[in-house]
Amino acid sequence: MTATSLATAAEKTRRNRNRPAWEEPPTAAGQTGKGAVLVFIVLVVLIPLYMVVLTSFSTQGSINQAGGMVLVPHGITVEAYRQIFTNNLVISSLIASFGITVAGTAISVLVTVLCAYGLSRNRSWGHRVILMLLVVTMFFNGGLIPTFMVVAGLGGYDNYWSMILPGAVSVFNILVMRGFFANTSRDLIDAAYMDGAGEWRILTRIVLPTSRAVVAVISLFYAVGYWNTFFNALLYLPDNQKWPLQLVIYTYTLQGNPMPGTGVTQTGTYFGTQQIAPLSIQMAVVTLTLIPILVIYPFVQRHFAKGMLLGAVKG
Amino acid sequence: MTAIHEAPPAAATPPAPPTRAERRVLRKADRRRRFLRDRSLVLMTLPAIALVLVFNYAPMFGTVTAFQSYSIYAGFWHSPWTGLTTFQRLFNDPYFWHALENTLTLSLVQLVLFFPVPILLALLLNTVLSTKIRTFVQSVVYLPHFFSWVLAITIFQQMLGGAGALNQFLRAHDMSTWNIMTNPDTFKLLVTAQVVWKEAGWGIIVFLAALAAIDTQLYEAAAADGAGRWRRMWHITLPGIRSIVVLMLVLQLGNVLTIGFEQMLIQRFAVGRDASEVLDTYAYFYGVVNANFSLGAAASLFKGVLSLILILTANKVAHLFGEDGLYRR
Repeated sequence: MTATSLATAAEKTRRNRNRPAWEEPPTAAGQTGKGAVLVFIVLVVLIPLYMVVLTSFSTQGSINQAGGMVLVPHGITVEAYRQIFTNNLVISSLIASFGITVAGTAISVLVTVLCAYGLSRNRSWGHRVILMLLVVTMFFNGGLIPTFMVVAGLGGYDNYWSMILPGAVSVFNILVMRGFFANTSRDLIDAAYMDGAGEWRILTRIVLPTSRAVVAVISLFYAVGYWNTFFNALLYLPDNQKWPLQLVIYTYTLQGNPMPGTGVTQTGTYFGTQQIAPLSIQMAVVTLTLIPILVIYPFVQRHFAKGMLLGAVKG
Repeated sequence: MTAIHEAPPAAATPPAPPTRAERRVLRKADRRRRFLRDRSLVLMTLPAIALVLVFNYAPMFGTVTAFQSYSIYAGFWHSPWTGLTTFQRLFNDPYFWHALENTLTLSLVQLVLFFPVPILLALLLNTVLSTKIRTFVQSVVYLPHFFSWVLAITIFQQMLGGAGALNQFLRAHDMSTWNIMTNPDTFKLLVTAQVVWKEAGWGIIVFLAALAAIDTQLYEAAAADGAGRWRRMWHITLPGIRSIVVLMLVLQLGNVLTIGFEQMLIQRFAVGRDASEVLDTYAYFYGVVNANFSLGAAASLFKGVLSLILILTANKVAHLFGEDGLYRR
């Protein structure tokens, strides 16, 4: 600490704790404006989410009263959830989405960790060529149609592996992780070598435990990517019994196609299959896709600030 | 990129400088030694290499279908070669030019209306002193980045669509309704608003990192010399984040032709083909939906090559301005 920063530290006690001494005090107009902008952007994100979730829990009566999306709760019910959890299409799509997410994330994280570690040692054999091979794909790719033909040619059509393998490695994530692995203390690794540890042992015992944050963040990125799988499903899965959740939302909520087995009125009468699902049911499906993200997010979010940034900027 | 120049191993250093042939032998021995030492590292990269070869490199060679009259039954090997006729057809198709035009205008609109937003937000957040408020706002604005486009657009539709919250409000107050979601004329602005809602928050992350890296002593010294808030921003903050802004700009330019594929695809039924056709949807609908693989592949190839040229050019320009861009010279 220098003399000046000690002086400012002493002065901080009587001013705002975080404001350095040399900074001029804020103007009232400035503070108000700033506050208004911040409140506005927070509300713009949160209010729609709040309305979606609330509508999914609303009775048909309160939806009718609001004329659609509900802002002020009147009648609360879990009827919509009861209905979608007895709906084959929603259940199968939930299972599909979970399966794709779990399997895909496991594969992606494994491949990424291994590759990032394999490339993390400067001067190792061939690492430059391999790196080049990977980086090229960030700037040039064959495009949609040739990729489709390759995947379909390998039997990926109407098959779940086509949801996972074609996008399983993200070169960007490899680069970020490689940056972190390369920063693992050299002394620690050398010491492990001396003790006769091989690369696999060093990876699992030293490098991974010291890089938990980056592995967590990158796992989240992959998991979210798989959870959000939409286009690949549209491309490769013709059968709606195999669809993941996103494609179900696209077809039955966004496009408003009649959803098989949800033509149900408030009283629970079955109306046949030719009715658009009630708003509460649509919003319940939307809420279902939100929940995993909202649940995992707080655990990983704190790593963004520290870990990710530097890697992203360097990468 | 031919040989990797390495110092010969210390133990093998001969008293006299080695001849060229000797050096070659030494280098070869060194390479073999390094391969034996690093073989488990190389082994670890193999799964990623395999995936990339199959799903990235094979399709690159698959672009040969652009020069063929491809049929599924004949496959790559037996489809007849047609030279550049597919490209002729492509360039004679007014819909293709329309898609290109849409792509470019949309990119331009987003460059002007989206690109500055994260920078401004980051500058604003950077002046918020309370860590609690800052962390809270950051957590909230990052969130939409993790939603799929299907979800984001569903939310937009429920808020701004014909039956959405905004129109409910307008109807309830006897005002004329306003359907933004299906209006082709304002579609580009709508799409940009969606991008801002979903990605602007996440976009601030790199700029915040760059801002945090600026030495506070610079501010202190400037303040001591009598520089006010705005002058400090102009002379310290903005130059401090200049290189990262340039980097993001280069990346944005590289993505000019890739813009908004899922967004367009998802909203095509709502606004119609004319407003929502971009190069990628063109390739998708011609290639996959109408099974005209050669035409789709040609459109994809055209896009890929042009994107590469764009990003290299943008990088060159960055270098001319003395910035690093994507890679150093």
